[in-house]
Amino acid sequence: MSLAATEGFRSAGLTRQLAGEIRRLVTRPWNIMEICGGQTHAILQYGLDQLLPPEITLIHGPGCPVCVTSLDAIENALQIARQPEVVFTSFGDMLRVPGAHANLFSARAEGADVRVVYSPLDAVKLAQENPQKQVVFFAIGFETTVPSIAASILHAERNRINNFSILPANVLVPPAMHAILKSPDNRVNAFLAAGHVCAVMGYWEYEPIAAQYRTPIAVTGFEPVDLMRGILMCVRQLESARFEVENAYSRAVTRAGNRAAQDMISQVFEPVDRQWRGIGVIPLSGLGLRPDYSDFNALKRFRLVQQAVSESPLCIAGQVLRGNARPPDCPAFRKECTPASPLGAPMVSSEGACAAYYRYQRVSA
Amino acid sequence: MTQPNYPAMQGPVCPLPLQPGGQIVIGHGSGGGMTRDLIVNVFQKYLGNAILNAGNDSALLSGELTPPPGFQLVVSTDAHVVFPLFFPGGDIGRLSVCGTVNDVAMLGAQPKYLTASFILEEGLSIPELEAVLASMREACTEADVRIIAADTKVTEKGKADKLFITTAGFGYAPAGRRITGDQAQPGDAVLISGALGNHGIAVLQARGNLGFQSDVRSDAAPLNHLTQGLCAAFPDLHVMRDPTRGGLATTLVEIAGQSGVTIQLNEPDIPIDQPVRAACDLLGLDPLYLANEGKVIVILPEAQAESALNYLRTQKYGSGARRIGSVVSRSSGQLLLRTAFGTTRILDMLAGEMLPRIC
Repeated sequence: MSLAATEGFRSAGLTRQLAGEIRRLVTRPWNIMEICGGQTHAILQYGLDQLLPPEITLIHGPGCPVCVTSLDAIENALQIARQPEVVFTSFGDMLRVPGAHANLFSARAEGADVRVVYSPLDAVKLAQENPQKQVVFFAIGFETTVPSIAASILHAERNRINNFSILPANVLVPPAMHAILKSPDNRVNAFLAAGHVCAVMGYWEYEPIAAQYRTPIAVTGFEPVDLMRGILMCVRQLESARFEVENAYSRAVTRAGNRAAQDMISQVFEPVDRQWRGIGVIPLSGLGLRPDYSDFNALKRFRLVQQAVSESPLCIAGQVLRGNARPPDCPAFRKECTPASPLGAPMVSSEGACAAYYRYQRVSA
Repeated sequence: MTQPNYPAMQGPVCPLPLQPGGQIVIGHGSGGGMTRDLIVNVFQKYLGNAILNAGNDSALLSGELTPPPGFQLVVSTDAHVVFPLFFPGGDIGRLSVCGTVNDVAMLGAQPKYLTASFILEEGLSIPELEAVLASMREACTEADVRIIAADTKVTEKGKADKLFITTAGFGYAPAGRRITGDQAQPGDAVLISGALGNHGIAVLQARGNLGFQSDVRSDAAPLNHLTQGLCAAFPDLHVMRDPTRGGLATTLVEIAGQSGVTIQLNEPDIPIDQPVRAACDLLGLDPLYLANEGKVIVILPEAQAESALNYLRTQKYGSGARRIGSVVSRSSGQLLLRTAFGTTRILDMLAGEMLPRIC
């Protein structure tokens, strides 16, 4: 995409015009959840919530990959990273997420070889360059990160790179939406679906959700104009009692999505039950390696001792991730819990809701 | 000063004389002949002057550091570590001179002398070291400062990251004049000498693992000529500070706290080059928190803002100067950002390391 195109989607005039249209349309209160943490950050960074009428409440969703990665997975990561023959690789955000007692940064400070990579393919390259080492990639993230992880496994298999493995922790969006909508305390009236996830998966799999729960869904991008357009689509549907999937991000997303990427994902991975940090186990909400690729599973390759781990009793991250509490509602927010010493993952990540509230404070707050 | 150029035996450690194109070995830190060879043939070749070359344990000064009447002494010290040593637009040598020169210059002082100590890791290539020293010489010449004392130590391989440089700077500021972080007043204008974030992106990119290329160059530069001119022309100047680590936002939060004021920035006026903005968008970084090594924030009374901008724009390192905000009121110290959408949010200090986002 050209830069000029992105600039256009930051137009203040167009954003305000769309906000004006939302104000004219709205007749009663609606709660709209943006799924993705990247959207939460953009909303607070540009102060878009300040442009909306008071009837519209934005609820921040669970779409922050590091926030929902379970404490068990982080403890496994730490155990693997501390083994002397291991080079442990991860996306940068994950390094600061607190486990029960330590994080990957502190493991690195204690001598573990922990490296930030921008792509899992860089981890495969590291494995090729260091045949005497075991290179492990922490496979976190939503459907967005999975194609490159699947590609890295296929590449390692083709080239017989046997010292590469992944710690599987990927999660899927649709099962989380089911879990939110089924919950008895659900307040969500409509969703902004995550544009990057839909660029891979398309939006056909959201159509049954919109129909089953009578909940409008707008596939939404990350620039101010995209977000306002997505909110407008939701409000228009809610006000006219329509419950469909609409695409406010058509420059990147089609209904079918990226078929080649989807094929690669289903070749390597299969849905498994997964624990979400702060939320609990959601059925078939994660991706595990298919039996043909289980040799690339770091959990099998390393002997791990399972330890009982527990969260800080102060942290209400689970409530925040389910959209039932806002970060400032937490008694530890800005006190015991800050980005410099986070108690929970949402305070760490550049996509976490707590970090967004910490960083992009409202003047009245 | 001349030294006999003989191969020296270093006892148990690597008895090789200094070879052109060679590398640093432990013997270079022995304090014996190899150390002397390194100092004479490499360090003095680039940084030498009468005071440094005297070769004593310390520099004997005959009044060089005595401030002229009406001036006071300003001192600063700064340690420099950067990976990689060389990046587009600069290197650790240029940084180590400019960083300290700028710290002295920000108080309105004219920097005069530096000291430098070098920690060399065994295995560092001598041509690389020479390239760093040549760059230091060039920056010293540009800033018009001299290095009057220096030291070098060698660590075993793996105990340092190639080369660390610590410099100290000495300069003179007019006595009785306070250009410090606690002087910002409501009614002041906030200016910046040019576009932000170039150094941070240039260094990140030089690490070679971003997966994209751009022509972003570090802005590393000595600002003392610019700040001296500014001080002379604008006697009511309140604050000058270089937004290095932590970037514009962190530096202004510090100033707001020191001065007990609220500063409001107008986001559309903050200059950020398009390639820097694009890199930040891709990586999920905020340019307001990226490091700069050749920019200065200037805070001065509103009435002088326009002519100060005009002055800055005549300078080599101020051509992209912009007015970016105002000091709006007394407070316990707060930095506000007015966005292009007419919304306002609070900017805080950078917490921890800025990390690229995932998806």
